Amino acid sequence: MLTLNANLPTGPIQDAWTNHKNNLKLVGPKNRPKFKIIVVGTGLAGAAAAASLGAMGYQVDCFCFQDSPRRAHSIAAQGGVNASKNYRNDGDSTWRLFTDTIKGGDYRAREANVYRLAELSTAIIDQAVAQGVPFAREYGGKLANRSFGGVLVERTFYCRGETGQQLLLGCYQALAEQIGKKQVAMYNRSELLDLVVHEGICRGIVARDLESGQIKSFTADAVVLATGGYGNVYHLSTNAKGCNVTAAYRAFKRGAGFANPCFTQIHPTSIPNAGDYQSKLTLMSESLRNDGRIWVPRNPGDKRLPADIPEADRFYYLEERYPAFGNLVPRDVAARNAKEVCDRGIGVGPTGYGVYLDFADAIKRNGVHAVKSKYANLFEMYHRITDEDPIKTPMRIYPAVHYTMGGLWVDYNLMTTLPGLFAIGEANFADHGANRLGASSLMQCLADGYFILPVTIGDYLAKYGLQHRLKSTEPVFQETEKEAASRVQRLLSIKGKRTVSDFHRELGKIMWNDCGISRSQSSLEHGLQAIPQLREEFYRHVNVPGSHDHLNQSLEHAGRVADFLEFGELMCQDALLRDESCGCHFREEHQTEDNEAKRNDDEYTFVSVFEYKGEGAKPELHKEPLEFKAFPLAQRNYK
Amino acid sequence: MKIRVHVWRQENRSDTGKMETYTVDGVLPDMSFLEMMDHLNEQLLSQGNRPVAFDHDCREGVCGMCSMVINGEAHGPMQETTTCQLYMRHFEDGADIYVEPWRSRAFPVIQDLMVDRSAFDRIIEAGGYISNHSGPKPEPNSMPIAPEVAEQALDAATCIGCGACVAACPNGSAMLFTAAKVTHLGLLPQGQPERYLRAKSMVEKMEEEGFGSCRNYAECEAQCPKGISIAFIGRLNADYLRATLLEPMDRRGKMEAQ
Repeated sequence: MLTLNANLPTGPIQDAWTNHKNNLKLVGPKNRPKFKIIVVGTGLAGAAAAASLGAMGYQVDCFCFQDSPRRAHSIAAQGGVNASKNYRNDGDSTWRLFTDTIKGGDYRAREANVYRLAELSTAIIDQAVAQGVPFAREYGGKLANRSFGGVLVERTFYCRGETGQQLLLGCYQALAEQIGKKQVAMYNRSELLDLVVHEGICRGIVARDLESGQIKSFTADAVVLATGGYGNVYHLSTNAKGCNVTAAYRAFKRGAGFANPCFTQIHPTSIPNAGDYQSKLTLMSESLRNDGRIWVPRNPGDKRLPADIPEADRFYYLEERYPAFGNLVPRDVAARNAKEVCDRGIGVGPTGYGVYLDFADAIKRNGVHAVKSKYANLFEMYHRITDEDPIKTPMRIYPAVHYTMGGLWVDYNLMTTLPGLFAIGEANFADHGANRLGASSLMQCLADGYFILPVTIGDYLAKYGLQHRLKSTEPVFQETEKEAASRVQRLLSIKGKRTVSDFHRELGKIMWNDCGISRSQSSLEHGLQAIPQLREEFYRHVNVPGSHDHLNQSLEHAGRVADFLEFGELMCQDALLRDESCGCHFREEHQTEDNEAKRNDDEYTFVSVFEYKGEGAKPELHKEPLEFKAFPLAQRNYK
Repeated sequence: MKIRVHVWRQENRSDTGKMETYTVDGVLPDMSFLEMMDHLNEQLLSQGNRPVAFDHDCREGVCGMCSMVINGEAHGPMQETTTCQLYMRHFEDGADIYVEPWRSRAFPVIQDLMVDRSAFDRIIEAGGYISNHSGPKPEPNSMPIAPEVAEQALDAATCIGCGACVAACPNGSAMLFTAAKVTHLGLLPQGQPERYLRAKSMVEKMEEEGFGSCRNYAECEAQCPKGISIAFIGRLNADYLRATLLEPMDRRGKMEAQ
């Protein structure tokens, strides 16, 4: 039976984290080397945590499926990282970043966590600069800022359009320092297949060496999952090809509660899908919305070139509908509006599922050079992919799955319902509610990895004590290894006719249509019927070639898709149970007259947490009620 | 489009490997090179053959995972473009395309087009960082950095660590990769305390890993998908020289921060 004790701090929210920290137990420097911690994933959260823990003196085993920890998908974040430094003197503060994030998340995030995130944001910038992250500077040598979707202040720090890359390299280098000092043992090209749980406590993991195929278990005093989001359940997303839900889903099957699985962010500015061969979608940073104006032709069937369409025949739908925020409305609002105009038949591009993002006015105002220098690499990237130059003709963009706010349920200490198992970064659920604001994911990953987990995990370890670590020869490790190996063998033994990619593509279509930008009871019921059928088909007809004892990329993909095929169902169940609209979760049944998400605070101000109940059984729903004491509930309004 | 691809096939590290030829039909000009390879793999699977193994992840040109020598050039014919961002519209219908893994003693082939680049990680581990603990740090604006310095540091830091420089170099040198990191950190005030020691340890590690020496062929810059300049190699040489010439007499032994 799963119990939800969020370990929330008491007292005024402004002092909550400090007071909480002061009451945590510590592990002394002499004892830290005696504890072994496993960190899975080396994105911003994982690499930051592994590096911080290593520097503190803990023994760390760190795992990633890529060939180097520097490849994790945090690297692709373009726009920037938020921090309430208030360098622009525009009224920013911890409080404002906190309330912006709560409002952006449509009051479905946990208040105490969000305040802590806002409070730690400034320290992240200091930490990154100390590591040598070359943030953009103004002429006087001070740090530069820009604004980002959904807020009225300029608080976003950036390195051209490659902020994620530079922040990740900062973490990676910090991790490399610890690997070089033998504080961290790095396991590249290794994928987690399962978690080892003994007497209700997480004791280690089972991983597959992707080159040799060897399945092996690793023992530890605590395990940290920093394994990212599950956007690839939609097949096409802006995530890297390797991103997957396996670690989080295996944790769920071993007893960790999974929170808000249906909360998926659809990013408004991605390059539109061009055909069935498409392997992934490429994001165009939403910082482009600062200077680009979004429009479609007013009249259906207007086939003129964009430059030939006069102002009167252009529909700047965001500027008309939301005069205060205009093109900078939050992501969910922008995405839904794009879908809405395309569904009305006034979309652009070969498929009709695209809208223009036009820089002509910005170029007229500031000159080609100024616009280009701000977005150089984004323009190049767009040009390269589509063969069109955004300086000469407007970009075409369309929403794409980008981020998943749902994740493993964690308490204030970032520990899951499974003692000894922690989840950080996108893999947990706590900070973004039903919608994440731009430039906030980097902030959350780094806050978790650098500043929160290294302190809170000590509290767990101090209470857990030394000498409890199991030897990897214990039967529970052999059993878990055997189970993992038999799942691998099952996939290999089918030898059907359909490829793994084929199933993945089909699952993606079901998820996009039934549990995508907007959902309804009937679409979700359809999804709940279609997914189990597809899963059955998968286990009858999938073709996974080769064997387990060598490098086998089809096998890796098959394992991930197998988990997506179960997880997609959990997402639909959650979306169906949440009979309201909030943030990115848009139930067609619940909208205002202006097609805005309509929340039902009386019945749904809670976190949905699912508990696994065994093969074939329906997961059980638990509720963590959300209280908004510091910043009371209000309807979101971006007009 | 219908094309013929000649692909390096190798079972594992000890296999000798050979080129195999496949005809791929139904290629579209808007497909990326990797989508063409996906298409080839689907075809191989339907014929009961083992698909071609290749590294890839973000598919937007920034993770540095993809690594193919296409028609003799690292990442193919387009300048400043990774394999995943190369599109089939740049090839003729009916073309013969040769696809090989990175070739270098320091990057052993794991399978087909996939190589082991962990030597790069070890070069960074040898000193490609600014030593730090996580925790309170000085206010960044108390240490102003001229924008052109920050921009130049970023030009170097843009390196994605893909290894194209090594694959492109006739000597298999990793100077461009090493120089990019030494320049990034060495230009910034935060990187000064460890600047010369960093250059020295990274160069020593680079040589130990079996990379060749730089002989100014400049192929690395020409084939670098991020356009990293060989001017940085000059900077690395200067820092390395200074580190070795001015190395202090080791009177008290090195001190490790506690």
